[in-house]
Amino acid sequence: MTEGEAMIETTALGRRFGEIEAVRDVSLQVKRGEIFGILGPNGAGKSTLIRMLCGILDPTSGSGRVVGHDIVREAERIKAHIGYMTQRFSLYEDLSVQENLEFYAGIYAIPRGRRRARVDAVLGQSGLGERRKQLAGTLSGGWKQRVALACATIHEPPLLFLDEPTAAVDPVSRREFWERIHAIAQGGTTAVMTTHYMDEAERCHRLAFIFGGALLDIGTPEAIVAKRHLRVAELDVDRAAEAAEILRQAAEVEEVAHYGHLLRVALRGASAESVTRRLLETRGIEVRSARESRATVEDAFVSMVRRQRLEEGER
Amino acid sequence: MNLRVMVIARKELLQLKRDRLTLAMMTAQPIALLLLFGYAINTDVRHIPTLIFDQDHSAESRDLGLRLQATGFYDVVGSVEGYPEIERSFRSGKARVALVIPPRYAAKLAQAEPTALQLLVDGSDSMVVASATNSAASLVAALSAEVRLKQIRRRGERVRAEALTLESNLLYNPDQRTAVYVVPGLIGVILTMTMVMLTSMALARERERGTLEQLVVSPLRSIDLVLGKILPYVAIGYVQMAIILVFARVVFDVPVVGSLLLLFALAFLFISANLAVGLFFSTLARTQQQAMQMSFFFMLPNILLSGFMFPFEAMPFFARALSQMLPLTHFLRIVRGIVLRGSGLYDLGAELLWLSAILALLVTLSSLRFQKKLA
Repeated sequence: MTEGEAMIETTALGRRFGEIEAVRDVSLQVKRGEIFGILGPNGAGKSTLIRMLCGILDPTSGSGRVVGHDIVREAERIKAHIGYMTQRFSLYEDLSVQENLEFYAGIYAIPRGRRRARVDAVLGQSGLGERRKQLAGTLSGGWKQRVALACATIHEPPLLFLDEPTAAVDPVSRREFWERIHAIAQGGTTAVMTTHYMDEAERCHRLAFIFGGALLDIGTPEAIVAKRHLRVAELDVDRAAEAAEILRQAAEVEEVAHYGHLLRVALRGASAESVTRRLLETRGIEVRSARESRATVEDAFVSMVRRQRLEEGER
Repeated sequence: MNLRVMVIARKELLQLKRDRLTLAMMTAQPIALLLLFGYAINTDVRHIPTLIFDQDHSAESRDLGLRLQATGFYDVVGSVEGYPEIERSFRSGKARVALVIPPRYAAKLAQAEPTALQLLVDGSDSMVVASATNSAASLVAALSAEVRLKQIRRRGERVRAEALTLESNLLYNPDQRTAVYVVPGLIGVILTMTMVMLTSMALARERERGTLEQLVVSPLRSIDLVLGKILPYVAIGYVQMAIILVFARVVFDVPVVGSLLLLFALAFLFISANLAVGLFFSTLARTQQQAMQMSFFFMLPNILLSGFMFPFEAMPFFARALSQMLPLTHFLRIVRGIVLRGSGLYDLGAELLWLSAILALLVTLSSLRFQKKLA
């Protein structure tokens, strides 16, 4: 596989479970070395999509190739070239950190002579050296996550799948985890991860938005946000609850959220500040201060989901 | 391939080593069960495979054979020409009873000479012994009366003694102690219980903890997983067997007539087959609890149909067919043959084939069931 070639390529991929269409018509490409985020609410079909890409779940429609192999016909050939980690950190809790790593080193058939070196290397990279003898079950969430990632990368896979890898750990561990992911990606590894943390989404090179099993948008975080033409204002107002209600009634307002004593308002228009001031002051609510803020991936996502729900409601 | 089997097996052993409770259970359970199981229940045995050693070859001797068959207790499975042949058939379990008709049987009857028939009975099965001797004794008594009546009618003279007597000889377990019969069978029953349970949860546990999904996305092959999950537990089975044999000897005074080496060698197939049953259940169950229920349910036919409690010969056809599918049925014949009768490998060939076939079938089924795809 050469530089720039697609690690993953799907065409109209879909999966039904009986009546439920978990994933429909997803076409995407992931290039070598990318950190690719699949973003969506719970139940959007993110995990189903990842499982199809790993070759452990057959699609009911469409097709896909991963590391150059067909996901249906050559699923077993894909498996040697991918790493896979889920939020459950599927470790053997009654084995030590080192035993877990040695087990996966054996499963991925790393030659006996190189096994010890690989285990030592990932222990070092993950800062797990001192805990190598500790039983995995006695580790805290953050440490389990490190071990799980170390297990998933023991065979140096060119492609790493991470299914909500940070769902069960604290913010500090998440931050450290992301440092590791970026370090791994620097080495040429492609990482595909699902998440519903919006701040994490902004750390990805590219994003795919999944909602109701369908791909709503795909692109860099900046492009996705820019495309929505959202303006955001942070307001300090009198009677915040009442103000939020008024703003939500307005057609141009996409989203109103409470941030401490501030209201964060996302809308379409020339200036968030002037629009919100106008809306509120005509109703007799005092705006003590208002300032423009940067639209985030979260704003874009909420707006996208809202529009999708409106469309579905109309149908 | 062998490499990955070893990787799985090593992991299983490591986990077992840390699982103190299971380890303790695996040691205490066989001892407890062995001591708890009391007596097997006696039943009326029918269709006992029977040989006829006819040294007379007369119309009368053939008539005796037919009458024996007509009682319904005996199935005449062949006729032999000597004692060694009888012993061989007993050892391989082809026959349980042999009727020996003496030379000049017809002539002696005609001359009203007292005649002794001999009934050889495989004493290793107490229920067979009871039925076999009782019904033969009544048959011979009836026959004797009939012959006497004929003689009286024909000659009009008084007959001095009984025309016919039956002398029964038990070849094995002559004092008919239940323990001698039950304890070797218990080796099989206990191993079935513990081995099936041991693996029935193996995959279910990995499924519940999410590690199975991790294995499914790896290049591990199904057969590697299945064999890797079976082989390490064979060692546990051997330990249990040794414990029971020692107890059998010390507590119940059950002697081992045949080769222990052969018993341990053949037990490999039996232990593996039961582990494979458990693993197969494991591929069917979604949770450890379901797996547990299946292995309990599996014990029922094993206890009732294997010949442990009720003799194989007493079962209707469909039950016999079912019991042939149980590893325990065949192992019981092996263990009783070796421990009580001193059977050799040659005598147990059929059981060996059955066990191998069952094992191969289960390993194949489990490998097929363990799909490397999610549903």
